[in-house]
Order: sequence, then C-alpha cells, then structure tokens
Amino acid sequence: MKAIITFATAASIAFVGSAMAQDDFSANLKARQGQFRILAINLGIIGDMAKGKMDYDAAAAEAAAHSIHGVSMVHQAALWPEGSDNMSIDGTRALPMIWDDFADFSSKWDALGTAAENLVSVAGTGQEALGPALGQIGGTCKACHDTYRASAN
Amino acid sequence: MKNKLGILIALAVVGTGVAWGMLRASPVDEARFAALTGDPENGQRVFTAAGCASCHHAPDAKEDAKLILAGGQKFPSDFGTFIAPNISSDPENGIGGWSLPEFASAVTKGVSPEGSHYYPAFPYTSYNKMTDQDVADLWSYMQTLPAANVPSQPHEVGFPFNIRASLGGWKMLFMSDAWVVTDVADETEIKGRYLVEALAHCGECHSPRNALGGLDRANWLAGAPNPAGDGRIPALTPNQLDWSTEDIAYYLESGFTPDFDSVGGHMVEVVENFAQLSAEDRTAVAQYLKALPTAD
Repeated sequence: MKAIITFATAASIAFVGSAMAQDDFSANLKARQGQFRILAINLGIIGDMAKGKMDYDAAAAEAAAHSIHGVSMVHQAALWPEGSDNMSIDGTRALPMIWDDFADFSSKWDALGTAAENLVSVAGTGQEALGPALGQIGGTCKACHDTYRASAN
Repeated sequence: MKNKLGILIALAVVGTGVAWGMLRASPVDEARFAALTGDPENGQRVFTAAGCASCHHAPDAKEDAKLILAGGQKFPSDFGTFIAPNISSDPENGIGGWSLPEFASAVTKGVSPEGSHYYPAFPYTSYNKMTDQDVADLWSYMQTLPAANVPSQPHEVGFPFNIRASLGGWKMLFMSDAWVVTDVADETEIKGRYLVEALAHCGECHSPRNALGGLDRANWLAGAPNPAGDGRIPALTPNQLDWSTEDIAYYLESGFTPDFDSVGGHMVEVVENFAQLSAEDRTAVAQYLKALPTAD
C-alpha cells in the first residue's frame, strides 16, 4: 500500500514537473529574442558605417562582425521547443510552420552563419565592403521571416 | 390602367437598361494603344515596381522561378479566398494570346477579354493611374517571360460576392483614377506618388477599407488590419512612421528597419522588388511618404 502511494506521489510529481516544463517557455523566448537583439545591435553598428552615418572604424566593424558570427554559432534546436509558437503561447511571433519543417528552418539559420562568416572576412577591409556583406545577411533574415515569423501588431 | 402598366414596364426596362449600362464591363478604347510600341526594358522596371510576380508566381517559387507567372497563391479576405491566376505567356492557360488593348483593359479597368469584371484583389484600382506607355512597355516585357502550362484555379468566393456583375457597381462607387495626394511639392514627390499610388499599389494593404471593401481614401496609408488575419499592416503616415527619408529608402533597399529588425511577411517580396529599382526611385517613395497628410 505504502509502495503504491509512493509510486503515485512520484508519478504525480513527475507529471506536474513535465507539465510545467511544457507550459513555461519564458527562458526559451528570452534566449531567442535576446540573440536577435544582439544581432540587431551589431548589425546597427555595421549598417551605420555602411550608410555613412558613423565613421568607419575597422576594429569596431570587426568586433561587431565577430559578435554576429558568434550568435550564428548558437545551435537553435534547444531554443525552439515544440509548442512555443504564437498560436500556443503569448509573447512570440514564431509561426507554427517552423515545426512543420524544422530542417528547413535550421537551414535558414545556417545561411545566416555563412553570411556572417563572409562579414567577418571583409569587415576589416574597408567601408565599401560592408554594404554588400550586410545585404547578404539581410537576405538571410528576410528568407526566414518571410515564412516563419508573424507580422508585428 | 393598361396605360399605367405600360409606363411601369417601360420604366422597368429603362431602369434595367441604365443599371445594366452602369454594371457593364467596358474595355479601353483600342485606338489609344494602336500607335504605341512597347519597350521591354522599361517594362521590366514597371513589372518590378508593380510587383506583378509577387502575387502571380507559383506558391513555392524561389529566385528566378518567380518570373514564371503560373499563379496559384491564395489571398484570403472577408469576401472569400482569391487565387492568383496564370498570367504567363502561355497562350492556352496564361495571357499569351491577348492583344495590347485586352491587356490594358485588364490592368487599368479590371475587365477581361470576355467582358467580365475582375475582382479588385487584382489592384487595377491602382494600376488605372498607369500611363499608357508604361502599360505598353509592361505588356512587351511580360511577353518575354516563360510560359506555364497550368490552368488557373477558380476563386473560392461564395454568394453574393460570386455575382461578378455586381462588381460594376463596386467599381462605380470605389474606383477612381484621381490621385489621392493632390498637393505635391516637386518632381521627386510626383515620381514617388506614381510609384506608391499607381505601380507599387501600397494603399491596397496599408489603407483601411470600408465594409464593402472600398479603399478609405480619407485615411490613406493610415494602416489597416491584415486581411490574412495575422496582425496589422502598419501606418505609413509621418505621425505614425517617424523614420527619416534615408531610413525609409534604406529599408526598401535592404529590408532593415532603423533599429535593424528585418522585414517580414508579404513585405519581404515588396522589398525584394524595391531593391531592384534605382536609389532615386526609393528616395522618391520615401519623400512622398514623408510629405503625406496626417490622417485624423
């Protein structure tokens, strides 16, 4: 009898535990959105130099490029658990379609990595190299957002 | 008594005739286009600015395949789901067998070669401000594009919106070839107005519509619900969009907002188109937007 109760208690704790883990994606959302914020801030530095709004500074451009590349190295699977889409939870614009073809979603992230590698290799070579490299990165943002991100409200 | 009935019948006949006349789909005057020769090079620019491929490429087409105008993309709305038709150069399934006046009637009047009305999901209410020469250039360019051998699918539109004759009344109420913004400062703004109001048909998504789907020109580019049900289409008026002219032009070129978020949704395709236009074109659009009157 005691064994049965212990088993039942353990099972219910395990059940509650897993249910909580499934419902609370706040850490995943913070991580996801934080990495995009790091990208945006560093793309802003490169972009302002590319547009001539900020003087070109090779060291600062390279630092920004390395940060962008660093973020692109973060493997995404752990940040995007199934059920963390905008139909299931608040606070995200991630469309459920991501999980219909997660391999395609991942390949779009990999494309950002390739574009970031290119940016790292040219960022220190001069102001005129920034625009095209940035355009390439922008293309990878668009390619993914076109399919997998909902419009802003 | 007999006389009264006769008058009633006569009135009914006249009334029906007048109504029929108003609802009739009338094509362009062919003579207007007889002397025009199309320039496919400028036609390509018109095609890109007008975003023809963005709606008419096959649903999963990428890169160069977007120039195969096979149709098939779905556009949900309050009135049903519209499915873009095949407008490739295929004479059987596309529009390869059309004449220039037939093409002009479709693009600027929303009238098919068979004489029926197109649904205004096809933005002829914007394209009707296109110059005749641009229409001719566009036609000459589109004939150079590949043929797609797939039939167009019927729209998924229920009663009463499936009665196409009623679109004659809709056009009478809501279709205007007058510019929305009449107060333009210089050539750049005039160019921007042509791009925004005619070719790129920005108002079709960025302006609200009334219950019958007519554009609310008093709230021009003041933002609107997304007909696809996903979020809102943002306002472009200066009181809502506080980006600089350079920011807007750069967004249209790169897809990056001033704080380096990136473009999403259907606007991705719009930016892809604008990126292929000239820097002058993008700046003209930006200047036009910055000069927009503020909606109440």
